[in-house]
Amino acid sequence: MHIIVCIKQVPDSAQIRVHPVTNTIMRQGVPTIINPYDLFALEAALALRDKLGGEVTVLTMGPPSAEDSLRKALTFGADRAVLLTDRFFAGADTLATTYALATAIRKINDVYGAADIVFTGKQTIDGDTAQVGPGIAKRLGLLQLTYVSKVGSLDLTARTIDVERRSEGGVQVLRTRLPCLVTMLEASNEIRRGTMADALRAARAEVVKWSAQDAGVEDISKCGLRGSPTIVKRVFAPPARAERASMVEFGQEPPADALIKAIFARQPKLEADLAELARGY
Amino acid sequence: MSEVGKTPTPAGRAGTKKELPEHFKAYKHVWVFIEQERGQVHPVSWELMGAGRKLADKLKVDLAAVVIGPNAEVTTQTAAESFRYGADLAYVVADDILSDYRNESYTKALTDVVNTYKPEILLLGATTLGRDLAGSVATTLLTGLTADCTELDVDTDGSLAATRPTFGGSLLCTIYTLNYRPQMATVRPRVMSMPEPVERPVGRIVFHPLGLVEDDIVTKVLSFMPDRDSAKSNLAYADVVVAGGLGLGSPENFQLVRQLAAVLGADYGCSRPLVQKGWAPADRQIGQTGKTIRPKLYIAAGISGAIQHRVGVEGADMIVAINTDKNAPIFDFAHVGIVTDAIRLLPALTEAFRARLSPHSRDRMAS
Ligand SMILES: Cc1cc2nc3c(=O)[nH]c(=O)nc-3n(C[C@H](O)[C@H](O)[C@H](O)COP(=O)(O)OP(=O)(O)OC[C@H]3O[C@@H](n4cnc5c(N)ncnc54)[C@H](O)[C@@H]3O)c2cc1C
Repeated sequence: MHIIVCIKQVPDSAQIRVHPVTNTIMRQGVPTIINPYDLFALEAALALRDKLGGEVTVLTMGPPSAEDSLRKALTFGADRAVLLTDRFFAGADTLATTYALATAIRKINDVYGAADIVFTGKQTIDGDTAQVGPGIAKRLGLLQLTYVSKVGSLDLTARTIDVERRSEGGVQVLRTRLPCLVTMLEASNEIRRGTMADALRAARAEVVKWSAQDAGVEDISKCGLRGSPTIVKRVFAPPARAERASMVEFGQEPPADALIKAIFARQPKLEADLAELARGY
Repeated sequence: MSEVGKTPTPAGRAGTKKELPEHFKAYKHVWVFIEQERGQVHPVSWELMGAGRKLADKLKVDLAAVVIGPNAEVTTQTAAESFRYGADLAYVVADDILSDYRNESYTKALTDVVNTYKPEILLLGATTLGRDLAGSVATTLLTGLTADCTELDVDTDGSLAATRPTFGGSLLCTIYTLNYRPQMATVRPRVMSMPEPVERPVGRIVFHPLGLVEDDIVTKVLSFMPDRDSAKSNLAYADVVVAGGLGLGSPENFQLVRQLAAVLGADYGCSRPLVQKGWAPADRQIGQTGKTIRPKLYIAAGISGAIQHRVGVEGADMIVAINTDKNAPIFDFAHVGIVTDAIRLLPALTEAFRARLSPHSRDRMAS
């Protein structure tokens, strides 16, 4: 069995600071991590491989420094890593991103064997769109299973897979055929620690690096900024409300009483509403 | 949707509006995909009808609902319901194959209707279903899709201006799909206000065939396990919400938020770091990547008011912020603020509300 896991290197959002004056993100010195949602995808892939045999290839598109995240994935036990890196890919929106990733996956299929499953996280913490998984599936004609909370049985002879998928108001149990694309929900598993042997192997392993041309991109105008139907026209700070919050001064009074008074003074009707709610409770 | 932190496209490149290609000029009207599962319409669909109505009026075009579902009364009923929320017409694909949501069948249905009737704007709810479907449809149509918009407007030249927060910063960005149609966007539940349903003359229903048989669809639904009611948090639709942030300092102190919520008959929530730290479950997170709320009263304790949090609470009628830092950004959009230690204030507030709201418990406490 061959499984491909798409991961993305993202800035560690917990450490991002915003410049107080210019409102821009201060990226310098912010450490990068593997998009946390992708770790659930990686673990799901590794667990299947351990059970059924085969190989796991991790793929990322990004700047040369994204090699770090691939190496990290190798320490968790991935067998092979492919870095798609080219200045032509810069500024890609999700449509252009899926064009590049789908092209690279076709190439991986040719070189390393056809993938039975492509895994992704349910979304990234930076773009946060949840569109890349479905986009790759559509471009490659893979059956699509999003928001999967559990990978159930996988029958390599019948080439079927059963999963539990989160939907609004419940869980769908679905059966589909391989090859398919699965996006994993958070908390569906926990990434392993990775063995010492994996760490040693990862340190020595060669990360495969492909430019657009290497990956077999035929139409460079479908990549990056040029290949993106959406454009960011304006970036701006949210307008402050006309009036700032009215600040409660409490002096000698207990602050809780002062606050409640201020709330009800501003919106007298609220007291009756709250009394009713509290009674209902 | 464009990548994060991407700077605005310099004029002279994709940023300048070229003439819209000829074959896209036939694309007119604003559509909303109506999300219906097991006979239930997701409220986000009606919220989007409200937003869609405004866009359609500005563009002087029609607003259409797209209803996809089983060949049963619920589906036509939903179409009829859409007229009450402002639709001029409804496109209906009704087939028993569509009883359960499946990506293959729904993508085919929606893509076909789009290709046949050509909308210029297509809006979907950013739910698990809507996101699954929107990504597939946009890729099939090779058009742009902007996720999780917080504001939708049309520009003077008629383009859809879709605004959403950017990554990590206190910034918003406005995204355009210039030379492709339809312009697609998703919006999370509760971001747009629910329009008042009106009694309207019946609109027009246009039926469109699915053109699939069950054997064409590979994926089968083996079963559906509905969530237990107790497992559902009703946070998004709560009238009063109390939430805590990192300023509370510990999971124990977060209980103070829950205690205040209990006394108010409110739901409780939190900022994202608390979910990341495991102090609260994920379905309690409020903000861009959590729930959007529109309560009558929102009390935020120890929350700084980052943009990702702000966009989730701005629809509240009254925002009350408790923070030790008088310069915290939350005071820029709260209505009432108090600069004090939330860990000390919360228990006092709980008791004061208890006394004020429930004469019954006041008697008991006095005895
Ligand atoms: C892609 C992305 C998506 C995100 N989505 C969300 C989201 O959906 N929801 C969300 O909330 N965040 C989200 N965030 C995170 C967001 O940017 C902020 O980091 C987060 O909201 C901050 O949480 P906080 O206010 O609890 O913590 P902090 O920013 O650390 O603020 C703590 C506040 O508590 C105050 N304080 C300290 N001690 C006390 C005390 N004793 N009493 C009272 N006040 C005190 C401090 O003055 C400070 O203002 C997202 C970030 C990214 C990058």
